[in-house]
Amino acid sequence: MASYATTDHHDDHDHKPTGFFERWFMSTNHKDIGTLYLVFSLVMFLIGGAMALVIRAELFQPGLQLVHPDFFNSMTTVHALVMIFGAVMPAFVGLANWMIPMMVGAPDMALPRMNNWSFWIMPFAFALLLSTLFMEGGAPAGGWTLYPPLSIQGGNNVAFVIFAVHMMGISSIMGAINIIATILNMRAPGMDLLKMPVFVWTWLITAFLLIAVMPVLAGAVTMLLTDKFFGTSFFSAAGGGDPVMFQHIFWFFGHPEVYIMILPAFGIVSEIIPTFSRKPLFGYQAMVYATASIAFLSFIVWAHHMFTVGMPLGGQLFFMYATMLIAVPTGVKVFNWVATMWRGSMTFETPMLFAVGFVILFTIGGFSGLMLAIVPADFQYHDTYFVVAHFHYVLVTGAIFSIMAAVYYWLPKWTGRMYNETLGKWHFWLSTITVNVLFFPQHFLGLAGMPRRIPDYNPAFADFNMISSIGGFAFGITQLLFVWILIDCCWLKRGAKATQGVWESAKGLEWTLPSPAPYHSFTTPPKIDDRMLAHGDVTH
Amino acid sequence: MTKAKFALGLALAALSTAAMAAPERWQLNMTPGVTATSQDVFQLHMLILWICVVIGIVVFGAMFYAMFKFRKSKGAVAATWSHNTTAEIIWTVIPVLILLGMAWPATKTLVRMADTGDAAMTVKITGYQWKWRYEYLGEDVKFMSSLSRAADEARQLGSGIDPSTVDNYLLDVDRPLVIPTNTKVRFVITADDVIHAWWVPALGWKQDAIPGFINEAWTEVKEPGVYRGQCAELCGKDHGFMPIVVIAKPKAEFDAWLAEQKAANAPATDAVAQAPSAP
Repeated sequence: MASYATTDHHDDHDHKPTGFFERWFMSTNHKDIGTLYLVFSLVMFLIGGAMALVIRAELFQPGLQLVHPDFFNSMTTVHALVMIFGAVMPAFVGLANWMIPMMVGAPDMALPRMNNWSFWIMPFAFALLLSTLFMEGGAPAGGWTLYPPLSIQGGNNVAFVIFAVHMMGISSIMGAINIIATILNMRAPGMDLLKMPVFVWTWLITAFLLIAVMPVLAGAVTMLLTDKFFGTSFFSAAGGGDPVMFQHIFWFFGHPEVYIMILPAFGIVSEIIPTFSRKPLFGYQAMVYATASIAFLSFIVWAHHMFTVGMPLGGQLFFMYATMLIAVPTGVKVFNWVATMWRGSMTFETPMLFAVGFVILFTIGGFSGLMLAIVPADFQYHDTYFVVAHFHYVLVTGAIFSIMAAVYYWLPKWTGRMYNETLGKWHFWLSTITVNVLFFPQHFLGLAGMPRRIPDYNPAFADFNMISSIGGFAFGITQLLFVWILIDCCWLKRGAKATQGVWESAKGLEWTLPSPAPYHSFTTPPKIDDRMLAHGDVTH
Repeated sequence: MTKAKFALGLALAALSTAAMAAPERWQLNMTPGVTATSQDVFQLHMLILWICVVIGIVVFGAMFYAMFKFRKSKGAVAATWSHNTTAEIIWTVIPVLILLGMAWPATKTLVRMADTGDAAMTVKITGYQWKWRYEYLGEDVKFMSSLSRAADEARQLGSGIDPSTVDNYLLDVDRPLVIPTNTKVRFVITADDVIHAWWVPALGWKQDAIPGFINEAWTEVKEPGVYRGQCAELCGKDHGFMPIVVIAKPKAEFDAWLAEQKAANAPATDAVAQAPSAP
């Protein structure tokens, strides 16, 4: 095993930049930039979470107790933008930065300087976005979907949010280019495309989605900008424009965006479940093809977000059928994970707990997604708390649970120390219980008729809202435990020293490196031994 | 006159609780509603829900069985296989068949809902920030409908009024929309400023109200009653405060109500109508 680790003896002189500024601001090292992305994502997760708690506090009881409706709308809007663009996406890019070079046997990302740039745009983009909270007129309050004409009723915050979105888009596109270039050009000899770990595959496909749709979003918001400030009428019916066109363009970006936030999660779970089942991943190629099918379908289902805008019958039928089709490749993935566990020899360390939690709770989100695809039923569900419950199941217990699973899984490789397993398990169980208390009752609220994005409601909705808020606060506090576990492991270094393999049955190139992984790894390409790949028999 | 109307409203409100025209505490599920369409939608919803529950039981059942049976601590030894073509074909084909089974009733219902033809009357609905306007096309009856005074006072930040003391808090309006029962009523829906969405759950659908566009929808309410809903598309500060109330009355009572509205409008309308019509 050690023969693959070409940098074993370099631990002590791996040429890290010495100054703090040089190390963290000027870094072109994929590991340091990965860390920056992950830390940034955690900070944004806590900021977005605090906004969610403002929302849940106001909704704790009927009547307005804490905030004005305008500020409430700003909270829902900015919470979504921060969580999507600030927490979930950068976390996956951070994981890609850390893991893809180590998984394909490359010394670094293909374009290290651009890597630095694509990270450092992010703090400025979010400084712009969050500064609107302190402006006269407040932060954007028209929803993260920025539907006109409402979104351009805002004041100068419109320009700020649009420029922030432009910058996030530039950052994402550069990150995606870097990932594609790394995967296509920097694989060690013998690491054929169909031998790559599933995480690398899902990120390759995700990166193409990003390049395809971020410019579309940039175009849509630029038209908003000129409508607002330069007198154009792209989306104003009074000037011959079309407000529904914005929704079509937005969701042409928006639906692939949803998969940008879930495909890497599929990849992570496909790495973790085989490790802790001590059995190769079931149906490796089926997993890759299912991912590609989902990515393709993501481009032809966008209008299912807008069944109530008054589309022609034929359009509604097309988008309903196309959306229902997504259930097939997604089902294949879930069945493959279960089949991987079947007749395995399982243990349930924290990463596995989060991965199993992901499979179950994401599937529940998938079921509500299937229900939402049925147009006549969607006429009832649309824009209610049923939708809120649906997308939080796929994003919180889907994307975010997978990110937490990934952090626990690879943290020993990053830091050379084990995290506190007992606290990790507490974190999982508390998160899983509270997140269901938080989001499950929202299904009932939506079905009973509570619209989303309202600051106040009829007392009939009071009971489940109170339960949901209690779950929300408990989930929020639980995440502080996660922060403590990270500090305990990364900073205080109180955990046991991690071995090279870390997990009993972990396979893949990253586990052939010492723990912590040296600052420069695979400076000469490793030899690829098919038996060392995570997914066993790669011919199927 | 207003007292009589108020009394009638109360009587209808009492009657309508049977049909669950407004949300109830601890309500878990969608209501079947009061039209043939809403009942079809409800059936469809229940069908998919139960299919999902069954699939969930099978998949999660297999998963939990595996997690309890194939544990290292129980001495399980991992198998080494990683594919099984038969199983993969089965779990691709069966979902396709299930989806076809869902798509068929969904398509039938959708086609029925899309047919706005043969309506006996048409009401134009216009969304404003933050109220609704109803116009009975061809009848010269039109009015604004906004949040009831009592709820508007109670909903102010720090009003000190307990919302549970206000009847139908945030689900009551000053002037409800009145429609006849057992009559196909067509709605044309638009907005004047930003996008809104008109939604009464008991009718089984919602439809966006978009400035510059006219959307169509229809309903045929079977039971007299008071049905409540809300704007369902974020439309700004008071999005949560523009409810919808529909009163469905038997045809004869509706005709009487409409005549009464016309009579109330008559003097004013005549004066306006005569001016432009004089050549």
